[in-house]
Parts: sequence; structure tokens; C-alpha cells
Amino acid sequence: MTLTPSRDAGPLIPRNRSIHPVPYDPDYKTSVTRAPNLPLLSMESTPSEETGPRFGHARLGPLDNNLILNWTRGAAPAVGERILVHGRVLDENARPVPQTLVEVWQANAGGRYRHVKDSYFAPLDPNFGGCGRTLTDDEGRYQFLTIRPGAYPWPNRGNDWRPMHIHVSVFGHSFGQRLITQLYFEGDPLIAHCPIAATVKDRSALDRLVAPLDFSMSRPLDYLAYKFDIVLRGRRQTMFENKLEGM
Amino acid sequence: MVQKLDTLPETASQTAGPYVHIGLMPSYAGNPGSFDEEIGTSPLCGEVTGQIIEITGSVHDGTGWAMRDAMIESWQCDAAGIFPGQPGADPGLTGFCRFAADAQSGEFTLRTVKPGPVRGRGGLVSAPHVSLWIVARGINIGLSTRVYFEDEDNSADPLLARIEQRPRVETLIARKLDEGRYRFDIHLQGPKETVFLDL
Repeated sequence: MTLTPSRDAGPLIPRNRSIHPVPYDPDYKTSVTRAPNLPLLSMESTPSEETGPRFGHARLGPLDNNLILNWTRGAAPAVGERILVHGRVLDENARPVPQTLVEVWQANAGGRYRHVKDSYFAPLDPNFGGCGRTLTDDEGRYQFLTIRPGAYPWPNRGNDWRPMHIHVSVFGHSFGQRLITQLYFEGDPLIAHCPIAATVKDRSALDRLVAPLDFSMSRPLDYLAYKFDIVLRGRRQTMFENKLEGM
Repeated sequence: MVQKLDTLPETASQTAGPYVHIGLMPSYAGNPGSFDEEIGTSPLCGEVTGQIIEITGSVHDGTGWAMRDAMIESWQCDAAGIFPGQPGADPGLTGFCRFAADAQSGEFTLRTVKPGPVRGRGGLVSAPHVSLWIVARGINIGLSTRVYFEDEDNSADPLLARIEQRPRVETLIARKLDEGRYRFDIHLQGPKETVFLDL
């Protein structure tokens, strides 16, 4: 456990919900009965939101961020297009978020998840589990080695398909920064047809969920690379934070 | 033209989807081989000071159905009101837990230590509470709420005081079933809709 640095003293910057998906979207049918109807209660963050769990290296294994090998513990590689996913975790003040946990999960190269409820025709890959995790370094950088997940159909409207995507979960340093999102891939024509991607109504916010191909990090004769930077909520930084209410 | 702001926009949320458990609770999903040690299996990590409590409940959608696929995370302070990571915190508490609505019954259970009141900015004191964050398929951005306790003094809590429609305060208060056992049901919609937070 680490002490909260003094630079993190201010309250969290209130969330700009207009860049987030709308909770209620009839084109994504499940959201209809699962979106709150009433307004959220907004107020300044408190210690409950400004603190959060920290996870140390001790609990992570050496293959945890290698989805090609971690399911078989290194015995045999997964099938699929080998890719490196890398990027930085930053906050809204553009500062790196070091030593924070990034978790990912995804379908295999055929578009099938290792989950009892997934009954898609595409077969399971005996060498692929589909989840990984890592801690960011001191500059907020992270990377995963994996295979590119396949697109797959899902029951929603008559014929809906998910674009290729990786689910990404990030903690930050406070519980109020908690975020789960999805990484999409540059050039995937299904993004424009996906009702889940389309829950994000702000076009530039959706564009920021699309990872570009990054040849600078691609390893010749081994893997391609995609870059995915993640921005978490920041904290207000002023010298006026310690005054009592109303002063 | 004006000067350019050097802030970055937050990354947009997306639903955790129907298979969130394979990523975040792999053992629960039947994939125990993924990692040597999973995180958040309990908020307790040793001998802890205070009362051990159990909070059970379920997450209901707008039709009243108890969802079988919700995943919840909790975060809290220790019995003295100190959060893990802060000086003097109880070493027996990580404060963080992940738990699932059961795939058959929809019921969840959190076993933890009862948190203490917390002094915040400006000297405001919050009544004891556990923070929850709920994700599932159909939830496009994680839902935050708090569990307060029926047998604590909640009258001066600054968050509860902000709730205009006073009957809605009850949606954040766990009912005492027995000594150390509480019930907390979450309703995403309808007349009993839980107060969700934007803090």
C-alpha cells in the first residue's frame, strides 16, 4: 500500500457525462430495463471516492499480460493474429497514472468467449483463456501480447455483430476513477454498425476508443501493434483546497 | 481564438458485457487457471478490528427481475474510518471486494467489517457506509451507490441530506436482519429505484 501523494489532495474533477455513452438506448435492447430512469445524485467527491485499492506486483504472475501463453502456462500458443496492445494510462491533467492495474478480457480469434453462456459456432481454442492483467509502469505505460479477437454475432436486433474488441478495466488511484471500456481496431467496418459502440453519441469520444495500427511497436516477423491510451478522471489542483466550507 | 486548455477528455465507458466474469472473476466463471491469485476475493486479509458483517441482496432490472449477471465491486474504510493506504489503517483490511449476483438465484453476499464514520473535507462527517460499483450487460457506465446501515445514526450524513425526496433515502439503507446480517436490494428502475451517485 502507498500513501496518497499530496498532489492528489483536491476533489475529483466532476465527470463530463456527455462524452460517455447514454445509459438508455433502445438500439441496445438490454439497456432499456437496466438504465436508471431518475437523475444521478451529484455532489463533490469525498474520501470514499478519492481513495481506492492499490495492487502490488507480488500478486501478478510473469505471464499475466501474455494472453497468447497464459492459459497454457507457456506450454502452447493461442491461434490467431499476434498483436501487441500498448499505451499509457493518464489522467485528465495529462499526468501518467503509475502502478495501476489494467485488466483485459476478449473473445478468441474466431469470436468465441471461454464462457458457459457463449454458444457461438466458432470453436474454443484449447490454448486460449482470454483474460490478462498488468500494472502500469512509472510513466503509466502498459502492454499486452494477445491475438486479435474475432468479430461475432449477438442477439439484439435482427442481425447485429460486435466489431473486434477487447474489454479493458482500469482502476486509477481512487475508486471514483474506476472505468471499464472497450478497445476497437482501426479500420474495422463493423464499428459503424454496432449499437453498443453507438451508445457513445460524441463522435470524437468514440474515435478515442479506436486503437490505431502502430508500426513503431510492431516486431518484424512476430506481431503487429496497436496503441490504446486511456484517460481517467483527474483531480482539481489549486492552492485553495483546504478552506472550510463557506469560507 | 483563446489559449488552448491542456486537459484531456476522459476515455468513454462501454458496457462490461455478458462475459465480464471471465475477465475480472475468472474462478467464478469456471476458468480458475488464468491467474495464480485473483484480486478482490475478500475485503479482509487478516485479523481485523471491528464487527464482521454480511450484506446480502440482489440487483433488480426494470421488470423486477433479479439479474443473474451483475458484478459488483465494493470499497470502504476500516472500523475507525481510515481507508486502506492511509496512515494508521487496519492492516487486516484491503477494503476492496468483487462479488457476483449468483447465476441461479441472483443473490449476492458481501462479508466484511463494518466501516466507521469518516471525516471529510471541511470537517463534514459521513455516516458509516460501503461504496458499491455495479456493472453488467446493458449498463453502459458503471453505477455507483452506497450502503448505509439501519442501526447507525444517518441523520447528519451530508450525502443523504442532499436527497430531496426523503423516502428515497431508504433505498441506500441496509435493513438489519439479525446481529451482523443486513439486506440491501438494488433497483435499477421503478418505484423503488436506488439513488445512484455522480461524485
